[in-house]
Amino acid sequence: MSASTLLEIENLSTHYVSAQGTRVVRAVDQVSLRINAGETLGIVGESGSGKSTLALTILRVLPPAAQIVSGKMLFEGEDLLQKSDVEMQHVRGKRIAMILQDPMASLNPLFTIGDQVAEPIRVHEGAGRATAWRRARELLKAVRIPAPETRLTQYPHEMSGGMRQRIVGAIGISCEPRLLIADEPTTSLDLTIQAQYLNLLRELQRAHGLALIFITHNLGIIAKMCDQLAVMYAGRVVESGPVSQIFNTPAHPYTEALLNSIPRMNDSAQRLTAIEGQPPDLAAMPPGCAFAPRCVRAFDRCRVEAPPEFTADDDRTARCWLAATCSTPSNMLFRGATA
Amino acid sequence: MKRYIARRVSYCLLSLFLLSVTIFFFVRVTGDPATLLVEPGASEADIAAIHQQFGLDRPLWVQYGIFMVSLAHGDLGQSFYYRMPVMELYLSRLPNSLLLASVAMALSLLIGIPSGILASVRVGRFWDSAGKLFALLGLSLPSFWVGLVLILVFSVYLGWLPSSGSGSALHLIMPAFALGWYFAAAHMRLTRSSMLEVLGSEYVKLARLKGLPQSLVIAKHAFKNALIPVLTLAGINLVIMVNVAVVVEFVFAWPGIGRLLYEGVTFRDFPVVQGVVLMGGAMIVIVNLLVDILYAVIDPRIRLES
Amino acid sequence: MSIQTELIGLPPRSPSRFASLRLGDFPLIPALILGGIAFVAIFANVLAPHNPEIGSLTARFRPPVWQTGGSIQYLLGTDQLGRDVLSRLIFGARVSVVVGFTAVIFAGVIGTVLGILSGYLGGWVDQAIMRVTDTWLALPAVTFAIFLAAIVGPSMWNIVIILGLTYWTRYARVVRGEVLSLKEREFVRLAIVAGCSKWTIMRRHIMPNIINSAIVLGTLMLGVVIIAEATLSFLGIGVPPPQPAWGLMLSDGKQGLMVGRWWLTIFPGCCIMLMVLSANLLGDWLRVKLDPQLRQL
Repeated sequence: MSASTLLEIENLSTHYVSAQGTRVVRAVDQVSLRINAGETLGIVGESGSGKSTLALTILRVLPPAAQIVSGKMLFEGEDLLQKSDVEMQHVRGKRIAMILQDPMASLNPLFTIGDQVAEPIRVHEGAGRATAWRRARELLKAVRIPAPETRLTQYPHEMSGGMRQRIVGAIGISCEPRLLIADEPTTSLDLTIQAQYLNLLRELQRAHGLALIFITHNLGIIAKMCDQLAVMYAGRVVESGPVSQIFNTPAHPYTEALLNSIPRMNDSAQRLTAIEGQPPDLAAMPPGCAFAPRCVRAFDRCRVEAPPEFTADDDRTARCWLAATCSTPSNMLFRGATA
Repeated sequence: MKRYIARRVSYCLLSLFLLSVTIFFFVRVTGDPATLLVEPGASEADIAAIHQQFGLDRPLWVQYGIFMVSLAHGDLGQSFYYRMPVMELYLSRLPNSLLLASVAMALSLLIGIPSGILASVRVGRFWDSAGKLFALLGLSLPSFWVGLVLILVFSVYLGWLPSSGSGSALHLIMPAFALGWYFAAAHMRLTRSSMLEVLGSEYVKLARLKGLPQSLVIAKHAFKNALIPVLTLAGINLVIMVNVAVVVEFVFAWPGIGRLLYEGVTFRDFPVVQGVVLMGGAMIVIVNLLVDILYAVIDPRIRLES
Repeated sequence: MSIQTELIGLPPRSPSRFASLRLGDFPLIPALILGGIAFVAIFANVLAPHNPEIGSLTARFRPPVWQTGGSIQYLLGTDQLGRDVLSRLIFGARVSVVVGFTAVIFAGVIGTVLGILSGYLGGWVDQAIMRVTDTWLALPAVTFAIFLAAIVGPSMWNIVIILGLTYWTRYARVVRGEVLSLKEREFVRLAIVAGCSKWTIMRRHIMPNIINSAIVLGTLMLGVVIIAEATLSFLGIGVPPPQPAWGLMLSDGKQGLMVGRWWLTIFPGCCIMLMVLSANLLGDWLRVKLDPQLRQL
């Protein structure tokens, strides 16, 4: 895979403004990310951390209450924020595609599967009905749906959850996009189906040279699927870099806490480790670091001043004052504590 | 689907039964129904004959039996004023009311649905506010007053349209508008809220994410889904329209069943009043059934329910 | 829906709220109008310049004061019996206010009680009440009201009873729905576990929580009831003459319409419109304010 940069996001911020303009929720706050062609970037965080808003911001499909307040999004060199809505229509589904979490809700109950899969092909490539439906059948085959012929004329409620999610996946890749964003695609699937689906995604990725942004709260999936990782908390990216490095030596206390909270089979400890406290109210953020109230390593500066993003040589970033004291994560004070 | 239809039909029959009981009950609630069932100024002998005919001395359930039997034969009694069977009278006037209601309904949908869609797509802006004003007025103005004002403007001052009677399309315009405005408002409101709900759904979000142009998203994905509750309401409203057209028909002297009801009340022709009310209620129940069946045809989720 | 891409520096756009058209939050004008009408209704005796029921035959069909032929004595003109329109409007307010509020309360009480019983007790009580409600709802209100009026004969209190009987079903439906969801709430379950009797629970726990919906529904129904009363009066089976009612005035006015006696039609209609419009706006505001979940009303 070439190391060419596919999507580069710089200081992106998306705010939700209430009807009277009084309450501003900083759903996405100064986020910077990069993904290269063919790569898999995982974005992990709790609910409310801004992951979904980030995904919708990239494709600019936000509700009217949301505003993109600052930043740049360079996709194949073009700034997506400068594009008109019509120009974005040509990007959505065709160059960047997205899979949503709940397949039952994402498929229109009144139209057949064939109709919905063929639709983007007809719109983006101007294909006629017959051609598009043929392509749809092949797409269903590609996502391992048995008896695709019959499925084309069926309705969403006649399928199982796993099948529906595969269909949503088929819709995603139908126009051969360069980038696929998957927003928690396996969260509503049964455990046994999840593994199959993830394998399917990997296959599709390899076959089509797709870059994949995988949004989830499940670190296990990250470990299995992703090359790069970005950890989000309260709308900010608190840590990013290669997955294996972060898992071995997390730079941010939040990441460390997340990793520690995964119960291990041979753990002799009796109690589960949870992270104390609650995520902050995004409309009334504390001064200083957003994670400081819950952080075991917080010190005075953390509560007063919000840390900027610190970059280490090897493409890792961390938004933490601890990272300021050393040049590379390997020198970090807390390194010895991770098991 | 068969089970669904069977269930709906049984509800329908039950409602018709309850309807007849209700009417029956109310007629007798004030004491001696004979006063209602005879013409004004009838003699003692007439009253005795009525007692005989309706079995008013017999126990209630026998009376009800007699009542139901005559209903089953389509016998709604005899009109005092017109001296003909009520059923015949009713059926002769019904087409006129249906015509008026159909035109009024078409108007209300043609105005209501597009303005509702427009209001939902332009939430909070000019068209939404304009639509809300239109809807508010439509729901607050009595239809007969709208009719009277229309007559004042278009018949008396401008002389463009005839003020009463039937017979040409020109006669139809004002009553249809007076009748339809309220329903246009109701349809507009429902379309708007239904569209807003659908526009916020996941499948519309996915449709936009697919890169479909905004017009296609609204026209295809949002519209059909949003329309379901509106059409359901419209179907029921059509029959309601036929029934509440009483005042409008009176104002414009339109020869429909509404006017018939008014005549029945004014001339103290009770069999006519009872007949119109019974038929009106029955029509609504049956149309509800038909709308439910139509629902099943539009929405594949119900159609394929095993 | 358009997508915002404003960059830093531009103020956030605030879409207007769903509520009333006029002022920002509390609909002042509708409330004042309703209050004004109620005030006029109460003090009609003092405010009306003439006796509304007795007219002067020499002063028939006088137009309003600003037209030729009008006079200061009869500000808004006179009707076919020489009765002062303004006075009749003022006394007509009394009918509208009394009938409107009483009928709404009457329907509300019946409907709420039956709705609570139906929703809370469930089982055959629920089924029975619901079937009756559905049937009642199948009869269009106007038709049913006319039917009842034909049976019992017109009088103001009969009208109140008739309207109450016609409209209670709307309450029952909504209240039942609310009760069904309330039943699942923690505090109700606690009360059951604590051993409270069904009646106590219904009275002390369910009822106060239903009041909100009932009030909102009441304000929305006020407009409907007033139009219904006007309709019945217009058709001649509402409040009987000589007592003035706006609907009755419209009925009288119809005769004068073709010869251009517009004041007999426009003024009473405007009164009805103002009252209903105000009730609807107030009801809308209340609905949004008291409980956003009631939006489906």
